Amino acid sequence: MKSIVSIRNLSREDILYILSLADRIHTANYSGDLLKGKILATLFYEPSTRTRLSFESAMMRLGGRIIGFSDPKISSVAKGETLYDTIKMVESYSDIIAIRHPSDGAAALAADTAKIPVINAGDGANQHPTQTLLDLYTIQKSKGRLDGLKIGMAGDLKYGRTVHSLADAMGHFKSELVFISPPELQMPKEQKNELSARGVRWKETEDLQKAIRELDILYMTRIQKERFADLVEYEKVKGCYILNRQMLSGAKKDLRIMHPLPRVDEISSDVDDTQYQLYFEQAKNGVTVRMALLAMLLGKIR
Amino acid sequence: MKKELKVAAIKEGTVIDHIPAEHTFKIAEMLRADSLKNVVSVASNLDSKKIGKKGIIKLGGMRLGDKEAQKIALLAPNATLSIIKNYKVVQKKKLELPDEVIGIVRCFNPNCISNKEVVERRFAVERKSPPALRCFYCERLMTEDDLKVL
Repeated sequence: MKSIVSIRNLSREDILYILSLADRIHTANYSGDLLKGKILATLFYEPSTRTRLSFESAMMRLGGRIIGFSDPKISSVAKGETLYDTIKMVESYSDIIAIRHPSDGAAALAADTAKIPVINAGDGANQHPTQTLLDLYTIQKSKGRLDGLKIGMAGDLKYGRTVHSLADAMGHFKSELVFISPPELQMPKEQKNELSARGVRWKETEDLQKAIRELDILYMTRIQKERFADLVEYEKVKGCYILNRQMLSGAKKDLRIMHPLPRVDEISSDVDDTQYQLYFEQAKNGVTVRMALLAMLLGKIR
Repeated sequence: MKKELKVAAIKEGTVIDHIPAEHTFKIAEMLRADSLKNVVSVASNLDSKKIGKKGIIKLGGMRLGDKEAQKIALLAPNATLSIIKNYKVVQKKKLELPDEVIGIVRCFNPNCISNKEVVERRFAVERKSPPALRCFYCERLMTEDDLKVL
């Protein structure tokens, strides 16, 4: 693997390999000089503090250094430089690139252009593969496996890039997917057809409270007001997808709740100190997985 | 029944046959048949055992490049292409899309980087007939109605 652009390009074996590297980084408590002398360029064409800091922390923990920008308004981009030209310049200044861009496919263009490895840190509405890999790592670490689970995804499944990629990746494993959303925000038909064609078991429901009982993992996402043409509809459904402690009374003991963060109000704070909460651990795992990816792509771990 | 030639034969050139009737004129337009200097015959709504109603385009003195052939295959995945020399068919092939097409269609996603920067428009052909193309950049899948031929 030269670059990480899309979860679609990764096979089951690729995914398991990356997760095993993350596990090694975690258990060996790697720090210090594995990537000493290496430079990561973080090209953030749109703000994403969490993702950027996670990449920078990962690089620094392995002894590497960082250049980059997080505000394209003050960079050469504002002068009208093309992405192609920026990449040609940056590849001679650094050893690896992490890119976040508002246009779909920008990371594919960057990876196709650059001689050095590129990691997609989010391209428009398309992909955010490091998020998916850290989600998978979190599930595997918590459950000990990725097969044989019942994984619920709740909230905005129509526009949510995170859940699309997660569903896509989970298709490599023998788990059942439960899509929980209001009718307006269901998983796109194209994606459901693709999952079915791959033999992935999935079902759909509107009832979060009922679905919770059978799940091993519940992946929550936010329902955004802007997605509704009719605000009356929004008011009707929003309460049903706000998770609180009381809704968890019928849950399996080992249910774990995930969320890509930041959350607004879709998980109430009384869930935070229950045994079900896994989202803070999930955020922490982001650094570990990105450490593994940086070390792998720079050929320093295998 | 007497076999009857519906479209006059050409001496040299290319014949595109088995075009779905509804796409005959679209393909003629795509090939800029209106500005060619040699003989051009276009016939449509002919009876066809294979596809119901079909169209035929005969282009005198012209040979098609790979890109043109691929564009035709997008609209008419079952069309056949014959090369004519001295009134005889010297080569006949069924049109087929390759596994990847470059530079023949535009991505339908306005937010795709390929519509914002000057790049080669690349698509993986996921299904040949009816065509389904996945953009190399934004990964969106385009089917028949979405296809915007360049």
